Amino acid sequence: MSVFVDETTKVVVQGVSPSSQGLYHGLRNRAYGTQVVAGTNPKRGGDVVEGIPVFASVAEAVAETGANASFISVPPRFAAEAIVEAAEAGVPFVVCITEGIPAHDEARVYNLLVRDFPGTRLLGPNCPGIISAGKCNIGITSGDIALPGGPVGLVSRSGTVFYQALYELTQKGIGQTTGVGIGGDPVPGTSFTDVLAAFEADPETRAVLMIGEIGGSAEEQAADFIKDHMTKPVVAYIAGVTAPPGRKMGHAGAIISGTHGTAKAKMEALAAAGVVVAQNPTEAGEKMAGVVRDLG
Amino acid sequence: MDLYEYQGKQYFARFGIPTSPGAPADTVDEAVAAADRIGYPVVVKAQVKVGGRGKAGGIKLAGDSAEVRTHASAILGMDIKGHTVGRVWIERSSDIAYEYYASFTLDRSAKKHLCMVSAKGGVDIEEVAATDPGAIARCHIDPVDGLSAETAAALVAEAGLHEEARAQAAELLVKLYTCYVEGDCDLAEINPLIVTTDGRVHALDAKVTLDDSAAFRHPEWEEFAATETLDPRERLAKEKGLQYVGLDGFVGIIANGAGLAMSTCDVVEQVGGKPANFLDIGGGANAAQMANALEVISSDENVRAIFINIFGGITRGEEVANGIVEALGRVEIAAPIVIRLDGTNAEEGRAILAGRASDRLVSVPTMIEAARRATELAQGATR
Repeated sequence: MSVFVDETTKVVVQGVSPSSQGLYHGLRNRAYGTQVVAGTNPKRGGDVVEGIPVFASVAEAVAETGANASFISVPPRFAAEAIVEAAEAGVPFVVCITEGIPAHDEARVYNLLVRDFPGTRLLGPNCPGIISAGKCNIGITSGDIALPGGPVGLVSRSGTVFYQALYELTQKGIGQTTGVGIGGDPVPGTSFTDVLAAFEADPETRAVLMIGEIGGSAEEQAADFIKDHMTKPVVAYIAGVTAPPGRKMGHAGAIISGTHGTAKAKMEALAAAGVVVAQNPTEAGEKMAGVVRDLG
Repeated sequence: MDLYEYQGKQYFARFGIPTSPGAPADTVDEAVAAADRIGYPVVVKAQVKVGGRGKAGGIKLAGDSAEVRTHASAILGMDIKGHTVGRVWIERSSDIAYEYYASFTLDRSAKKHLCMVSAKGGVDIEEVAATDPGAIARCHIDPVDGLSAETAAALVAEAGLHEEARAQAAELLVKLYTCYVEGDCDLAEINPLIVTTDGRVHALDAKVTLDDSAAFRHPEWEEFAATETLDPRERLAKEKGLQYVGLDGFVGIIANGAGLAMSTCDVVEQVGGKPANFLDIGGGANAAQMANALEVISSDENVRAIFINIFGGITRGEEVANGIVEALGRVEIAAPIVIRLDGTNAEEGRAILAGRASDRLVSVPTMIEAARRATELAQGATR
């Protein structure tokens, strides 16, 4: 099994025009085998682009095609509105890869979803998306670096380290149930804890690889969750041991504030929760290979 | 982007938050002229983006123009914790009855705005939080609802502000929240928020951090960006649109993706090297971006070897390799380069790089080995 998406997931790509990022990535996702059933564009309702029917709104696309997931890669100034449109249309799973959304827009949308649209889960923004190996790929992950069959679930804040980790596992012949990129922004729609809970509940996921980075306290919250609620083994790696305080390391959320949010504190919290902590992505793959061997 | 105090106060003023009358000055003569205009006594305040200005002698009271001349001469050009003072802020001196604290920021754990108010202002709030946490009133604000006048009133009461100051303080708090949200601040902090002896509540200091992601809807921020003093390497990187943070080591780092760039710095340190920088060239990693990145890295005299760490996801290995080869044709590089290329079509990419291999351009298959090789080359190299 996989979490959040599978082979039955039907995707509507928001913001489709012949030159859009949405179309480019949507076609790649379709080529992977994902059911990309619709696109939206307020000015192009009725068009068919590369075989994808385009609707004027998400609500129309959902009504006509039964889409149950949406994919957003529109520019930052339009992203918050696009997420809300998907939620209003009743889409249960929204993936937003857009980087650079203002923090206040993000915080407002997050809380709006929690309060008025509890049936909608947002993944991202500023994330690589989600891949259920061999079944469904929504986002910008290159499908050929994932290996179907499990038993590992992968969750990551960083995009390229997400790819790196998938690749390390695949190179060692270790399959993945689902890889989830939660994104590097300060207010992600889906947290480590949400994904860990889903993996704990998924019978095919038997171990979890978690990739964190400096800033915030999501890894510490994950450590608490692991200690109290997880029976499955977890291996973790945290990027940014050498990052100086007070500087944003590329991602809006990757910043050490004073003494808060350091890699060291996160690694200690995870180790105290019984997590196997690796020093780099390669070692994380090696340690996971050991964990998988022990699963028998 | 952090604002200078005077910029923060000017930003506050746009949202109706009361501050003392003042003016910036870059020379002693300008300082005297400003003080004459504002009226004495004035305070001469060093404008640097670092705390501890007062202790360093960067804030002085002046009763007349001769004193302004003396203090401005001493403060302009002064070094405060590595920051050279290029500008002072001259403001009318205030008679202070009480000093408070007020701020808004994002609580990432709660995913809501956090307001903090304290009757113990004018000192380091982190210290108050550590020694007397009960002295700080905290409140989470749902961004969908915003801050109501009622909540603001309750907060200033809870914080124990003096009764006669509460109504003004609550009103100011609502304005500060509007500044924080509509002004797209990551942080809006007033410390101290003062009550004058004649009963007026106003901001005596301003600490504002703007959310760079919101710059597209704030054309007025350009004047703030123009006064940013960056490390010359960081300035060049910013012009080239690269995510760069200068560090103090000797191995130059180029990676695609912020997480991988951080990870690359970590691995270099683990094998005994020292990263000279964090540099994320972003997705794509085409020849132009690579050439820009190499140009920025080469401008750093401390760099003795360069480690290019690319994981091809959507970007295919052969495209990255061609980009690197083309970039090397455009930019003259003194330091030896170690490249680790992995991911989609890495084999093809490595084959292209193999055709250009030399002792100045080494391709190594894994991240750890590449970090080791780059560190060895850096330690053996003289530039």
